Formats: sequence, C-alpha cells, structure tokens
Amino acid sequence: MRDSTRSRITLKVTEQDVAYVADLANLELTAEERTGMLGDLNSILDYVDRLNELDTSDVPPMAQVSDRYGVDESKQCSERFAYASRDDIPEGLRKSLPHEVALENAPDSDGTFFLVPKVIER
Amino acid sequence: MDLNNLTIEAARSAVQDRTTTAVALAEEHYARIQKEDGQIGAFLTLSKERALEQADRMDFMAAEGKPLPPLGGVPVGIKDVMSTRGVRTTAGSKILDKYVPPCDCTAVTRMEAAGAVVLGKMNCDEFAMGSSNENSAFRPVRNPRDLNRVPGGSSGGSAAAVAADMAVVTLGSDTGGSVRQPASFCGVVGLMPTYGRVSRYGLIAFASSLDHIGPLAKTVKDAAIVLRTIAGRDPMDSTSADVPVPDYVAELDKPVRGLKLGVAKEYFGEGLDDEVRHAVEGAIDKFNSLGCEIVPVSLPHTPYAVPTYYLIATAEASSNLARYDGVRYSHRARGAKTLSDMYRRSRDQGFGAEVKRRIMLGTYALSAGYYDAYYLKAQKVRTLLTRDFDEAFRKVDAIVTPTSPTAAFRLGEKSNDPLAMYLADIYTVTASLAGIPGISVPCGETREKLPIGLQILGKHFGEATILRVAHAYEQAA
Repeated sequence: MRDSTRSRITLKVTEQDVAYVADLANLELTAEERTGMLGDLNSILDYVDRLNELDTSDVPPMAQVSDRYGVDESKQCSERFAYASRDDIPEGLRKSLPHEVALENAPDSDGTFFLVPKVIER
Repeated sequence: MDLNNLTIEAARSAVQDRTTTAVALAEEHYARIQKEDGQIGAFLTLSKERALEQADRMDFMAAEGKPLPPLGGVPVGIKDVMSTRGVRTTAGSKILDKYVPPCDCTAVTRMEAAGAVVLGKMNCDEFAMGSSNENSAFRPVRNPRDLNRVPGGSSGGSAAAVAADMAVVTLGSDTGGSVRQPASFCGVVGLMPTYGRVSRYGLIAFASSLDHIGPLAKTVKDAAIVLRTIAGRDPMDSTSADVPVPDYVAELDKPVRGLKLGVAKEYFGEGLDDEVRHAVEGAIDKFNSLGCEIVPVSLPHTPYAVPTYYLIATAEASSNLARYDGVRYSHRARGAKTLSDMYRRSRDQGFGAEVKRRIMLGTYALSAGYYDAYYLKAQKVRTLLTRDFDEAFRKVDAIVTPTSPTAAFRLGEKSNDPLAMYLADIYTVTASLAGIPGISVPCGETREKLPIGLQILGKHFGEATILRVAHAYEQAA
C-alpha cells in the first residue's frame, strides 16, 4: 500500500512552529517547556507518520460512532439522526441556571457580570 | 461488617434486613479510607455530608420495611471528572481546584436515584489524560497490590478504591482504556460500554467522540447491576443512544456453550509480556473447556490504532479544553494586564505538562496546512479500524485479548517518555475508536503477584454478551 503524499508529510516541527501553535492554543510556555515540546512533538509525529503506509484515498472519514447506529439511512442530512432530536420547547428544555449560581465559580464578578481585564488597549 | 469482597447485593441485603445500617456501612468505609488512603491516594474529596444524608434515607426506607432500590445503601466512589452538585470536582487539575459544579452528571443522578451512597470523588490523571495516574495534579495513586507500582490510568483512583475495599463499586471514564487498563492493573472488573450507551451529560469532556462512562467493580455481576442503572437515553446528551436497555443481570447466567470467541493474532505480537500471554492463553483454554468455539480472526489495522487515537483524542481535547480561560469558573492568574495575557497565564499556571503536550499536539493536527495530513487521515483510519471489527463480528460473538501488554509498571518507569506511555494503551484504544464495548476481568497473576487482565470485546450494544462471557470465566476461574 503506497501513498503518493508521503514525501510531502515528512516535515518536522520547528521552534517557530511550537511558538505558532502555542499562540493558537492560548499557551505561553516557558523556554524550558518549549524545548521539551519540540522534542516530544517531533517524536510523536514521527511515530504517527506510519499512518501514511495506508492508502485511504477511497475511505470516508469517521467523526462519530453514532453515525453507525440509530440512523435512518433512507433519510437525508439531519433527518437521519431523528432519534437524537426532540420537539421544540419555546422556553427551552429546562430553566437556565439562576444568575447567582452561574456566577458562583467566577474568579471575579460584580454580581451581574463576569469581570475581566481590559480587552482593548487604548 | 467485613468490607473485603463486599458486593452490591450483600451490602444492599444487609441494609435491607437491618443486619447493619447504611450509615454504619458508610462510616466503616470512611474509617477504612482514613486508615488506608494516606498511602494509596485514591480519593481527592470526601462528600461525607451528602453520603450520610442519602444513607439516612435508605435506613429510613429499610426501617419502614420498604424494598430498597438496587443500589440501596451501597457505598460508591465517583471519578473526579463527573460533576457533583455542591461537591468540588477537579478533573485532577489545578485549573479546576476550586470548582464546585452547579449540576450533577446524569450517571451520578441515576446512581443516587438507585440508592447509591456517594462517598467521594476519585483521583485520576489530569483531565483523564494518562495511563498511570501520575498525571494527577494533586498526587499519584499507588497500586494497593504493590505500593511501588502504578494503579493504571486514568481512572486509577476508581480502580484502587475498589481493589482496597474502600468502595463497593466506582464509576470511571474510559476514552482510550481508562477504565479497563486500571481494572486490569488493580485486579478488579472494569467495563467500557458502547459509545452512547451511557449519557455523558455532566462528564468533563476530554475527547467527545471517545469518552465513555463505565463501572469498576469487584465482580462482573456488580458491573452489570451498575450498567443497568446508568444506561439509557438521556435528552441532555444528544449522542446517548435510544436503544432499549436489557436486563444485563438476568442475562448473566445464560450458558456460554456454543458461543464463538474470536482470537486475533494482532493482540499477541511483539511487546506482549510472556506471563500475560500465558495467562490469557490459559483463559482461552478455559473458554474452550466451557464449550465455546475459539475462532481465529484478523484485525489487520490494529498496529495503526495508537497513532490514530493520539491524533483524534488530542485534536478533540485541544478544542474541549479551550473553555478553560479563567473567566467563568477556572483558575485565573493574578496581575494580568490584558484579557489575552490573562488567558495565557491562567492556562500556563493551571494545566500540567501532559495536558499542555496534548493541547499542543491536537492544535497542531488541526491547524491550517496539517488538518488533512493528520486529523483527517486519522479519521479515515478510524473507519478502517471499525471495519476490521465489523468483519470479525460477522464470524464471532466476542473477541478475547489481553487488556494490557504488561502488568502494572513501577512509578516513574514511563513518566519521562510520552510515547512509551501511549503504547501502554495498545490493546484498549481499538475498541474506543470503534465505539464497541469492552470489559476487563481478572485473569491470574504474575510471579510477582501482580494482577493480569483479560479483555473481552463485543458488538455495538453487545454488553449482555460480554458480561455473560466474563461472568462465566469469573465463575470457572
């Protein structure tokens, strides 16, 4: 089983990649953590590269196990998952959490809103 | 009463017929926790007030001569990834170390509705990410059978508490083996049901297409009782299946003679410890003598399961864990000047090394330019792995394998090598990806007296069959 894309995928993660991905993930990471991450990601990605031994050009992706049961194959789109739906209830399935309960775990609040540091620098 | 080998039925009967009280039984378990758990570390939080209130209710029912529900007065533990209203729920992470949920997980609600007494919350790897319980942000759990060894993970506290008789049963969660592998390491029974069999509502998400809640128990029958209690459609989880729940307990004693059990060579290859191989082969001989037909099957994509799992699970985790931003309920770093700075510093301080590693890997696999090569590729191989099982289950009723390639390893043995740790899941991630049920049942010991686990895999919604097979083995062994 060959895969023509293999040669394109033998990339290695660089220090710049680590910084870029940390940024996407809202992580800062210390210099030491970044060095560790560089080694770990490269060794893990080297290992997962073995997936390219498999030709999957005609294989559909599988995102959910529940695609495989309960579905009505004769229907289209979301109708196929009718078992998972319910009738609309205008006021919602249940009442929302009371305001004070929703704020109970907040690190900072004024009793009405969650408080956060400045969003826009002036 | 003697807590050793105390089962659900024995505990419930004793409370029902007033041999003891549910309150006394809870107190005896707390005394045992007090005595034993200092060195084991299975519990993170005790919910004594809640437990004693529930125990009191059960005692009141028993005193009035009313029949107790199936778990009436039975002391249980809940893995700390399941929300408990008013009781701190940390997911083993510093980022949630003060979090007190406003709601209960459906599985917990159903356990309590069936009379269970929730003693407390069980230690686990941070966000259920790990195979040794060394990733708990609070303390590692030690294996009650050998304190220098790990209990397995990520439901290590749940397994250790049952093994040390600090709870009659516990709930764990299994994303890639996190119920079955610790059950195997600690010498107890652990069941991962079919994906969708048990509602995930209130379960702190790790990888949503792979997360399952399941019981850890002293006997297969106890696991069946708990599954019967927690299974079934829940409108709060749209992935919970609308499939009838059979009486798993009544099905246990049906004969296994004539059942076809598959054996796949891919689960007996390189890396399998000789003693584990020997024990599992002995179990296969036992099934043969019970009248089961042993059928060779092939699951050719098995060697690709670990890389597939670690791409899909980390991708989903990176998305699920984006919610921990220090705004609504998780740890917030002090002194940040801007919102963006606050997010970063809060997450940097709150997450441990393995969680950061998985967020990074998952974010990378989903990022522009790499999505097709990693995440989409893994989803396609997931289809191939699932087709392997479809094909095999055309020929057999269940498949028997080792649960883990080795018995419990030593603390620290793999903690500096993430890849070696991931390979500890080699026989469990396949069923997680396919969404089929699997159970680990004790199957002898190594020369060093460490437990070995036998894994039995079934068809989608085939829990009744694998429980029956596991029960027959347990009774015969």
